[in-house]
Amino acid sequence: MESEHLTFSDFLSYISRNKDMLWEFFTQHITMVVIGLGLAVIIGVPLGILCSKNKWAAKIILFITNILQVVPSLAMLVILMLWLGLGTTTVMVGLFLYSLNPITRNTYVGLQQVDASYLESGKGIGMSPFQLLINVRFPLSLTYIMSGLRIAAVIAIGVVTIAPLVGGGGLGREIYAGLNSNNSLRIFAGAIPAAVLAIVADVVLGILQRKMDLSKRKSGGAVTAPAKPQKTA
Amino acid sequence: MIVLEHVNKVYDNGFHALKDINLEFKKGEISVLIGPSGCGKSTTMKLINALNTPSSGKVLIDGKDISKMNPVELRRNIGYVIQSVGLFPHMNISKNAAVVPRLKKWDKERTEQKVNELLDMVGLDHTIYGTRYPSELSGGQQQRVGVVRALAAEPDIILMDEPFSALDPISREQLQDELIRLQQELNKTIIFVTHDMDEAIKIADTIVLMKDGEVVQTGKPDSILRHPANDFVRDFIGSKRLQNENESTYEIPLVDEVMITNPVTAFPSRGLAEAIKMMEMKRVDSLLIVDRNKQLQGAVSIYRVLDQYGEEGKTVADVMHPVRFSVASGSTLPQAIEIMDSHQLSNLPVIDSNNRFLGLITRGSVVKHLAEVYPTIAPPELSGEGE
Repeated sequence: MESEHLTFSDFLSYISRNKDMLWEFFTQHITMVVIGLGLAVIIGVPLGILCSKNKWAAKIILFITNILQVVPSLAMLVILMLWLGLGTTTVMVGLFLYSLNPITRNTYVGLQQVDASYLESGKGIGMSPFQLLINVRFPLSLTYIMSGLRIAAVIAIGVVTIAPLVGGGGLGREIYAGLNSNNSLRIFAGAIPAAVLAIVADVVLGILQRKMDLSKRKSGGAVTAPAKPQKTA
Repeated sequence: MIVLEHVNKVYDNGFHALKDINLEFKKGEISVLIGPSGCGKSTTMKLINALNTPSSGKVLIDGKDISKMNPVELRRNIGYVIQSVGLFPHMNISKNAAVVPRLKKWDKERTEQKVNELLDMVGLDHTIYGTRYPSELSGGQQQRVGVVRALAAEPDIILMDEPFSALDPISREQLQDELIRLQQELNKTIIFVTHDMDEAIKIADTIVLMKDGEVVQTGKPDSILRHPANDFVRDFIGSKRLQNENESTYEIPLVDEVMITNPVTAFPSRGLAEAIKMMEMKRVDSLLIVDRNKQLQGAVSIYRVLDQYGEEGKTVADVMHPVRFSVASGSTLPQAIEIMDSHQLSNLPVIDSNNRFLGLITRGSVVKHLAEVYPTIAPPELSGEGE
């Protein structure tokens, strides 16, 4: 096979020659992921809140989102294609359905785990259920919601590489073009950025997730460094 | 004034939690609800801010039936302090304290001024603590903020559900003292739930004793101590506090009843710096040295420790002096007083037949005992003003 003689410099020169096209695939890739995830957040978080309000709603919603996630990605996209036709929309809807479960489930779990003492004191001092949700429960579940988003993002970045099979764009197109023409350079040019993107998303969202753990919040700056109480009066 | 009229609470599972409760909480008083766990004291308190609704009967605040009020609105006008504190971990201290004024849409300036004033009042300098987060504060400090949060929107009524039970004994005492001091300034109507009789006697204007969902006795601490309604009350108060209950059965007290059972002791192997630290913490000027078998080895005074402080390797065993006098368990108080008097002792250890150290008679413990026996000598107002 020719590919055994390929060097890293061949790869770099291929990329620099085709950087406009690759950049376009890359942005398509990200756009589809961001829109799919965005939709999942917009729908999934309220669904999670609904779950926390009602046990039966929780059972039904989590059951459905769970099934959606169990369907193999290719099957899901093909089924959606029959309905929505070829194109990017189909991919984004698929990603949305895929991401719904981790986001809904984590929102639900996040809201459930908020310590009962915060809820009691919030209620006792006169917060309405809505104020309690906005001021207490939601901020204290952010880290869970973030972790759901992180799982969803990593899955979505992977799934979106098969978008070309249903007429979508993205880095997958480069990978399939490479497969069809038996061109390893093209496969790498598509696969490596897709992999890097998944890793970067995982790391960045992981950092965000830790930042959003407000339950152990500390004041930044030097004030806290000496834990000694300076006051005696 | 808060009035409960024929309040019953029956849960869905048939449990009759409150049985025909009739109570009156007077304005400007600290009323303490007390009883064993499960007696319905918290349930009763939570009727007042509608966290709990009666199955039958009425709750009236200043003559108005609270079931006709909006519960959220009602709660904003009633301060609420709970045992687990429940400060919101994602908000700094100032924000936490300002939660209720914000809910009531006070303007920023007024809120800030009130919160800062209250934080300073409970000994938390707002310039230092305002920007900190709850996890950076000790339990006692957190509950101080809890109290500030309850006071911030200037409610007339404050409900406190075992607010100090989870704290260490020192912080608990401090907060009780502070509550008494605050109350003298603020004059709120406070409903305080506890299971600790000492706490109740210390802070209450009126004590409501409950058992199995019923009110057993209501009255001033003094009158409950003097005239317990039945055996349950007597048991709950504890025989120690009741010694004066009947003059004819009054007996000469034994040293065991008068002694401090937890005096400051140290193992012989403690270093001198540790000894000083302990004395400083417990505010005493001497330590009793007791070994692992509870045998009394000796005593050290602060002067002796300071004298030899320079020599680092020394332990308290090296500097202690033997204890010359002690009294056996079962001796009477007059015997102990006699020994203390004739030898000019400030304290006297009590030991059992196996020479084990049991407790310490001090001048303070004798005076305290006398105060308990003859409560009429010290009017209650006086005892409240200490510190």
